[in-house]
Amino acid sequence: MGKVNEMDRELLDTLKEKARQVRLGIIEALGTGNRGHLGGSMSCADVVAALYFYKMRHNPKKQDDPNRDRFIMSKGHSVLAQYAALAEAGYFGRDVLATTKSFGSILQGHPERETPGIEANTGSLGQGLSVGVGMALAGRMDGLDYRVYVVVGDGELAEGQIWEALMAANHYALDNLTLIVDMNGIQAMGRTRDRYAIANIPGRLAAFGWKTFEIDGHDMPEIVSALDRASSVKGAPAAIVARTVKGKGVDFAENTHAYHNNLLTAEDRERAIASVLKSSSAAV
Amino acid sequence: MEKNQRMAYGAALLELARANRNIVALDADLCASTQSVQIETNLPEQYVEMGIGEANMVSTAAGLALCGKIPFVHTFAVFATGRAFDQIRQGVCLPNLKVKIVGSSAGLSDFGDGATHQCFEDMAIMSVLPHMTVLAPVDAVEVPKAVRAAAAIDGPVYIRLNRNDLPLVTEESTPFEVGKPLTLAEGRDVSLCVNGVTAGMGLKARELLEKKGISARLVNFSTIKPLDEVAVRTALAGTRAVVTAEEHSVTGGLGAAVAACIGSDKSPLPLVRVGIADRYGQSAHSYEQLLENYGLTGTAIAAAAEEILK
Repeated sequence: MGKVNEMDRELLDTLKEKARQVRLGIIEALGTGNRGHLGGSMSCADVVAALYFYKMRHNPKKQDDPNRDRFIMSKGHSVLAQYAALAEAGYFGRDVLATTKSFGSILQGHPERETPGIEANTGSLGQGLSVGVGMALAGRMDGLDYRVYVVVGDGELAEGQIWEALMAANHYALDNLTLIVDMNGIQAMGRTRDRYAIANIPGRLAAFGWKTFEIDGHDMPEIVSALDRASSVKGAPAAIVARTVKGKGVDFAENTHAYHNNLLTAEDRERAIASVLKSSSAAV
Repeated sequence: MEKNQRMAYGAALLELARANRNIVALDADLCASTQSVQIETNLPEQYVEMGIGEANMVSTAAGLALCGKIPFVHTFAVFATGRAFDQIRQGVCLPNLKVKIVGSSAGLSDFGDGATHQCFEDMAIMSVLPHMTVLAPVDAVEVPKAVRAAAAIDGPVYIRLNRNDLPLVTEESTPFEVGKPLTLAEGRDVSLCVNGVTAGMGLKARELLEKKGISARLVNFSTIKPLDEVAVRTALAGTRAVVTAEEHSVTGGLGAAVAACIGSDKSPLPLVRVGIADRYGQSAHSYEQLLENYGLTGTAIAAAAEEILK
């Protein structure tokens, strides 16, 4: 944790390795023979890794610390990335990942706060940013300096409630709130620009009063830098629009909606693992 | 004597909020109607204006609750439970958060504004949600007791409030216990189960029935869910029939809740539901005119009792 002015090679290597572990954890959580949301989990893996292993103040041994930073996966179906990060951070054993979505597992199909490290229930899209607004307001009321991070998808921006929350955060100048748009450009049924276009996302966010940064969501130095710049904005909420690739890291699942919510065969799984191991998880 | 539930509500919340700085009031541009304005005026740091956006308001309340606050969310009953239903279900009830939803101007009580603002389905759709407690305080004296009880419950609560002056049927010393019906007046032949505005009508019905030699018991239900089934059976015991009367759809409200309690009895008491049929509201210049048109009067309750006792 801390401010990185000059990009520290060692830190970058560490974060890239963490992102690789998150991707392997996603594959572990997905398993074989059962459907799961691979594409959107992979697209936000680098951002999630940077949050949990660089930016956020959190400690699995002090989960009730009132001044911990909060993370909300508003695009709840991509929680596999969060589960993988939480396991990697020590909130629960890595072996638990394989139980994801099985009956009685602490790892449900969408985030529930009974799970160690999960801060809010999401899954019905469009609600996470509002929850983040509430958390940011509470921090201000209590004089705590924790930060709140919310990840939404670009397809999710069709949910009107997000725009209500954008207005609320602007009205209350919530500079302890950072929104990250995982702009992978693909939603369940196809390309977002074809299915239900939301043009000029950075411009729209800026028009709603948010200090907006646009980055390559797989470029770890850019992610780290944007997170630091976002947290230093005063008097306004900050948004990071991360251009990402759906399925990033699993070559056969990249840039397609075919693996938005699909299953892997045993053979697919081996190919997916090999692909993640082969690729440097964050392109430089 | 009549007194306004909303005014009593605002004062009660203010008193509670003065004693507990974690109490936070949220409103969607209706704070004068809901009387959360009393928090805004006196404790502005514990008030959050959410603009005209109910969905965002409820999810924001969830975020506040996740950080240790006890948010009270205010708007009209129809918007609180309708526009924000999914936010209540997914973000409040599923994680069992201490968010209190205050549905103001419920039933027909917003008489002038018509069907879009009147609400007969709120108790039904709040009752069906696991973890949710549903309260409908009977008068302005009971409102503060309900507010204090709601704040103490470690989970979500829906509180239904009427917009208009209602007759006082309880006193400061009257007990209030969540889940338990309260006998307001004794009687042997028929139990009249009421809540909110129908309590006063029940008193009138009781007088009408007395003139005809029928002894009616008046049982108030300020809790719709969870209901203590044993306490309900005890409250009705000894009478020969049950009439429920509510300013709500007869589907999924008080009548349904009482019927669900006693329906599995070996020889269940005959029960008739007085309430709003399967229809929407409409505008009128007076509350009384609407109540009468929608079949909610002491006379109607008495007639239903006579009929079921035949």
